[in-house]
Amino acid sequence: MKPGNRNLQRLWGPGLAVVILALLATFPLYASAYGIILVTDILMFVILALSWALFSAPTGYISLAPAAFFGVGIYTSAILGRQLPLPLVVFLGGLISFSLALLVGALTLRLRGIYFAMFTFGLVELIKHFWLWYEIKFTGTRGRFVVVVDQRTIYLIMFTIFVLLLLTTYLIRRSRLGLALRSIGECEEAAAHIGVNVNALKTVTFALSAIFMGAAGSVIAARWTYVDPYIAFNPLYSFMAVLMAIFGGIGNPYGPILGAVIFAYLEEVLLTRFPYYYMLIFGTVLIITVLYLPEGLIGLIMKIRKRLAGGQDALA
Amino acid sequence: MTKILLEVLITGLLLGGLYALISVGLSLQYGVARILNISHGEFIMLGAMTTWTLYTGLGINPLVSLAICGPLALASGFLIHKTLFRRLLASSASPAIFESNSMLAAFGLMFILQNIALIIWRADTRAYSYLSIPVHFLGTLFGANRLLTFGITMVIGLAFYLFLSLTRTGKAIRAAAQDPATAGLMGVNINHMLALCFGLGAAMAAVAGVLISMCYSVNAVMGLEYTVIAIIVVVLGGLGSIPGSFLGGFILGLVGSVVTFLEPGLALVAYYVIFIILLLIRPTGLLGR
Repeated sequence: MKPGNRNLQRLWGPGLAVVILALLATFPLYASAYGIILVTDILMFVILALSWALFSAPTGYISLAPAAFFGVGIYTSAILGRQLPLPLVVFLGGLISFSLALLVGALTLRLRGIYFAMFTFGLVELIKHFWLWYEIKFTGTRGRFVVVVDQRTIYLIMFTIFVLLLLTTYLIRRSRLGLALRSIGECEEAAAHIGVNVNALKTVTFALSAIFMGAAGSVIAARWTYVDPYIAFNPLYSFMAVLMAIFGGIGNPYGPILGAVIFAYLEEVLLTRFPYYYMLIFGTVLIITVLYLPEGLIGLIMKIRKRLAGGQDALA
Repeated sequence: MTKILLEVLITGLLLGGLYALISVGLSLQYGVARILNISHGEFIMLGAMTTWTLYTGLGINPLVSLAICGPLALASGFLIHKTLFRRLLASSASPAIFESNSMLAAFGLMFILQNIALIIWRADTRAYSYLSIPVHFLGTLFGANRLLTFGITMVIGLAFYLFLSLTRTGKAIRAAAQDPATAGLMGVNINHMLALCFGLGAAMAAVAGVLISMCYSVNAVMGLEYTVIAIIVVVLGGLGSIPGSFLGGFILGLVGSVVTFLEPGLALVAYYVIFIILLLIRPTGLLGR
């Protein structure tokens, strides 16, 4: 293969990314109302899956906390949405999630493996039940109404969060921080011995990923009109984020994006066509992925590409 | 005052017995087979819903259901392990990877079982009344069904403890829990033992489900709540420790009944607070190694 060809191939990926981003940025100009709602939903799941992978993919810690930070964002919007403009609310949602994650992370990131997963799962339920009790006891009602905002505005804010998350993911992967995170995933003791400040790094990255979950929650709340603790702190959002990321493959940032796009679209189709078999299909895909696609879709694609490229080289 | 205190305590112990039984199964599955079985509660739900159907539809006594649901769950758990988890065990590079993969697969199993149950029974809450005769016990009134379930729980727990400590199969299970590779070299059929443990865990869940349906109302989506309680109890007592599960179950039952008495909305919050504090100070649990 000629070197010029290689260069062209290298440009192919980023070029496609730029085209897709440009299409997404101008989407509200030509899309239908339904199209905007659908793509906002897909972007929301992409943000959840990608921000989950930001921390969990390199370190190998399975966090089931996305629903907690997502829910905090939703409630920030429900409480402050009346007084403040949406972009500010979204920023605050991210900030509050960040602070909560910083606190939780500092307390619990010493836990390894299965214990960390159980703790983060417990966190979602703890916040849900506490908030439920608080609302009934002190406000006398369950749930709140959220001020509704124009669909296009919601879309554009969601898209901005997505771009910021992409940028963060890219910068972290390229920096010493990303390398240090991967070293934690490979062997935490060894990483600590070379001088990586393991606990601080894990905590900061965990909190960083929570910003985007919280922000996504704050935006989407503006579309849901009504929220209560069962809706806001639904553990299904944690499972979805994990499933989408693993389905797509966590070895590469394109994996969670691909997984989330396919899954969010499938969810939309399945929920409308087969509402009674939706979870059945969801569970089956999860088991098949864990069994047969341990590296996810991206792993499969890379394997096929390698085989094709290998075939070409052998022929040449 | 002492009367109220006694009532709260006994309610807690009765509840604790059920919690203990739920948790022993999960503890066995995690302690030996290394599977954090998130679908544990679904087996409880299946046991409870089947019992309801058999009792209200065919008039079959819940005590007979115990003998139907237990073996059925044992067989299905055994088969699930032989097909799904054994393949995962073979394909996972390390025990840590198997733990996270098997947890994800168990999530999948949870969704599938819950969906099947929703198709059969829909989301309606069901209940039947069996032996709900008030009985005088230590100066307070309790339902006969509660006392009966407590008795059955204790008998099953004791029988299982004796099975593990006295029989040859029990010894093989304990060996497999301690060191699977060495146990295999000593002639223990490891894959068989792991599948048996998963099946036994499922059977205990189903039996607990039968007992729960005798005292409480049940529905097709009740599973996750019990899974969460089982996880908390198991962490409290120590993952993989059977006496720990009983200790943890009783502690949680007592806490639950005391907090429910003081501030009804906060019982679940109290469970999580205990769970989180324990994970932070002693993640191996009270009786864990």
